[in-house]
Amino acid sequence: MDEATGTGLPNRPGAQRMRWKYLDNILTRHGPFTDPDWEPGEAAIEGLARAKLLGAGGLGCEILKNLALSGFQDIHVIDMDTIDVSNLNRQFLFRQADVGKYKAEVAAKFVEKRVKGVKITPYCGKIQDKDEEYYKQFAIIVCGLDSIEARRWINATLVGMVDDQDPDSMKPLIDGGTEGFKGQARVIFPTMTSCIECQLDMHAPRAAVPLCTLATIPRQPQHCIEWAHIIAWEEERKDITLDNDDPEHITWLYQKALTRAQEFNIPGVTYSMTQGVVKNIIPAIASTNAIVAASCCNEAFKLATSTNPFLGFPGTDNYMMYTGDESIYTYTFQHMKKSDCPVCGDDNIARPLQVDSDFTLQEFLDSLAERPEAQLKKPSIRSQEKSLYYQFPPDLREQTRPNLSKKLYELVQNGEEVVITDPAFPLTFKYKLVFK
Amino acid sequence: MADLPPPVQGPTAKEKKYDRQLRLWGATGQRALEESHILLINNGPGVVGLETLKNLVLPGVGNFTILDSAVVSEADLGVNFFLEEEHVGGSRAEHTCNLLKELNPDVEGYFVSEPVESFLTNPDSLKPYTLIIVAAPIRPELLARLSEHASASSIPLFYIHSVGFYSHFSIHLPPSFPIVDTHPDPETTSDLRLLRPWPELVQFAEEKTKDLDNMAPDDHGHVPYVCLLLYYLKGWKKSHSGQPPQNYKEKTAFRDLVKNSARTNSPGGGEENYDEAVAAVLKSLNPPEPSSAVKELFKDPECLLVKEGASAFWIIAHAVSLFYTKYGVLPLPGSVPDMKARSADYIELQNVYKSKARRDVTEVTESVRFLERSIKRSTQIEEKDIEAFCKNAAHIKLVRGRPFHVMNAGKTVQWGERAKALAQNLTFQDSLIPLYIAFLAYDTFTVSHEKDGLDNPPRTPGDTDTDADVEQVTGIAFKIADDLIKEAGASIEESEYSEMKTWVGEYVQELLRAGGSELHNIAALTGGLVSQEVIKVVTEQYVPVDNTCIFDGVKSKTSVIRV
Ligand SMILES: [Zn+2]
Repeated sequence: MDEATGTGLPNRPGAQRMRWKYLDNILTRHGPFTDPDWEPGEAAIEGLARAKLLGAGGLGCEILKNLALSGFQDIHVIDMDTIDVSNLNRQFLFRQADVGKYKAEVAAKFVEKRVKGVKITPYCGKIQDKDEEYYKQFAIIVCGLDSIEARRWINATLVGMVDDQDPDSMKPLIDGGTEGFKGQARVIFPTMTSCIECQLDMHAPRAAVPLCTLATIPRQPQHCIEWAHIIAWEEERKDITLDNDDPEHITWLYQKALTRAQEFNIPGVTYSMTQGVVKNIIPAIASTNAIVAASCCNEAFKLATSTNPFLGFPGTDNYMMYTGDESIYTYTFQHMKKSDCPVCGDDNIARPLQVDSDFTLQEFLDSLAERPEAQLKKPSIRSQEKSLYYQFPPDLREQTRPNLSKKLYELVQNGEEVVITDPAFPLTFKYKLVFK
Repeated sequence: MADLPPPVQGPTAKEKKYDRQLRLWGATGQRALEESHILLINNGPGVVGLETLKNLVLPGVGNFTILDSAVVSEADLGVNFFLEEEHVGGSRAEHTCNLLKELNPDVEGYFVSEPVESFLTNPDSLKPYTLIIVAAPIRPELLARLSEHASASSIPLFYIHSVGFYSHFSIHLPPSFPIVDTHPDPETTSDLRLLRPWPELVQFAEEKTKDLDNMAPDDHGHVPYVCLLLYYLKGWKKSHSGQPPQNYKEKTAFRDLVKNSARTNSPGGGEENYDEAVAAVLKSLNPPEPSSAVKELFKDPECLLVKEGASAFWIIAHAVSLFYTKYGVLPLPGSVPDMKARSADYIELQNVYKSKARRDVTEVTESVRFLERSIKRSTQIEEKDIEAFCKNAAHIKLVRGRPFHVMNAGKTVQWGERAKALAQNLTFQDSLIPLYIAFLAYDTFTVSHEKDGLDNPPRTPGDTDTDADVEQVTGIAFKIADDLIKEAGASIEESEYSEMKTWVGEYVQELLRAGGSELHNIAALTGGLVSQEVIKVVTEQYVPVDNTCIFDGVKSKTSVIRV
């Protein structure tokens, strides 16, 4: 059946390149913005074919398609997730029958089949599973990760890999993210330009509702849902681990929230809202994902081929912000590197931080979760003098736990430096605590 | 579990699949999508059109049809994701349609492999479609015919062009395209009417602030900030001959007054409700003025004189304008932001706002019913539509759709009333109008270099002799720019003028470098933008582009202009 599976065209001399006729117009011609020293033609074409790229995250489907049709031929993909039915409205490589399978595997197989000649190597797991040796093999890393933790981890890892003596150790990171009709694409040259940690305050976390509001004076339907989620479950179903994907669990929370809302005459609790609050669901649509992923891959293509200037070149724009709900608006600008960035800062200086000396250590640590530039969930802290609180190992945690209820002024001097770490990130934060 | 209500019906399979988008445009938006039938007239390499459709099939557009007479070539496989090797030599319409259909079994897809020329000879051929997307290049007389159809049947028409690192698209909407559900940012929309309180609100505030100074600490710290502001406003007015704080200086003084009234001896040191009150002073102490866009709407002839056959939008707009004339304010939206308060107090406050909003809707509805009778409307406008209008009155958008430019050889572009604004922007650093002009010149070149008089596609600038074509297209582009400056009667400094010409020249060079190619990334990005706009237009939610968007993939910038 060989004749039936193909037209025989690819075997014709030159047919393989016929396929890239459109791309080759760009690869074989100078443009008004290309570097005069840039050599179009053979070298550019070969360079593109040789470059090994890594794609990852929720924008993976778009990224793989775009990279494959940009002429890249050796692409790796990392994704730990399995396919959920709610992915099907935008992740176009997956079908109903694929629900439950690993995303990376299904996506790699699909694109390999559709775009002949491209090799896609999937890894079904976390980006944190891989080490520097692994990341070293890539020319560019394109990420559309869903979680801020994963972004900060890959960023810190790539910054940590840079060796001044070895130019090949610097791996450009192209990052895209979306939320509803909004998104951003940015290019980072680790240690040379503003990194994800430098830009952390661009994505401030939403302020949490105080516990006392949930416990005593709920006013919004969301307060009732959070109450069911945080307080009622703990009180009534302590022995069962809450599974956000278990409909029975969501139904239980919904009914609890509804009862509480009725008690307080609060309208508006729905099943869908319960799911949204508990799972922290962010709206996501095909169009925004397409825009942001294509923007990232366009930068990767320009970077790999020198066919045009790219975002992220030191001293130029490195960030494109996109908003599509009210007409279309983009803001493309240069985000400046921060000299006190805990990841890429030149000097290892401590940032001054105003604190209330009446705060307990626990209150202070909780506040770090909400600080836009820190956003730490499991911080450990030590001062110059002593270990104040450690999450790990368990014996040190037990030993330092009593400090949590002590006031800051009992533990540190005004102006003293503290070092904070979090197991989620390979980096340390240094703060100089200044009492209010 | 006796304490729980009866078990609930979980989400349906469809609700699960579309969950992440239903949180944006809701069930009504989804229904509108499902009722639409989109026609794609595909041309050129054909990527941008299909990438657009992909993002419409996924969220569940009801039907799509691809009209494309091209035969699949080897080159298609290097740029188009919805074709496979064995399709080479077959109908591009058929195969792309089939692979797109795989994305969503809920969507019906059709294809027509006929050339657009013969397709359009049947006067009824466009009838089934609720929205039309045309991918360039297309012969101008055909585009003009589609534009006429769009005008005559009030069907939105999109024209997309993606070449190399650049793209642009234009939208031709009906002359009156109102959007009620614009989804404004909730942070900017609260309308508390603190300067125009109604008796029930005044009474509520007085009750909650009774003997404020002697309140128990816990009570004092839970007075809703709306009541606090009304309380201190009353005091302020007494010492300012009945006037609220008028300007920035007075508002800051008032803010300090509120700030200094907070108790500092509370256990937490300070009071959250006072903090909220202080933060709200500057943005809440403004008279509730409707935006200039809404005032303009009220002055529109269609609003002033509602005639027989008028649409629901204009009837409600007229009724709301009557309300505005009578009271000097729009109907109350009725929502209250969250604030530190005891549950019962907050719910009561919410109800004070809600019932006032309901009374306003009732009054507007009475006017609507009167109008309906006077123009002998056969059906009643649904209450929920009147309610939605009143709730969103301050944020309603009216887009005045218009045809976009169709380039014809030997004819100059008419910029009309837009000439001045565009000529002014032409020389701005970062302006993408020079790129738009380059695209117009590109189209003009295509028109004047037809391969033959009939069915073959026109010649693509830059396909073979790039330098000669660049010179010609640049010449055309300069003329378009000069004509624009002339029509606007603008005077431009010599240095700015020559800089603008440099930009135009560079854009033309880069455009022609592609030789008519689409780059997949640029087509995918543009397809994302266009599909987003199609969704906004079909669902009548959010605010669509009015009317042209330009994308520069070298600088990674977009610009929206009205032409
Ligand atoms: Zn940094």
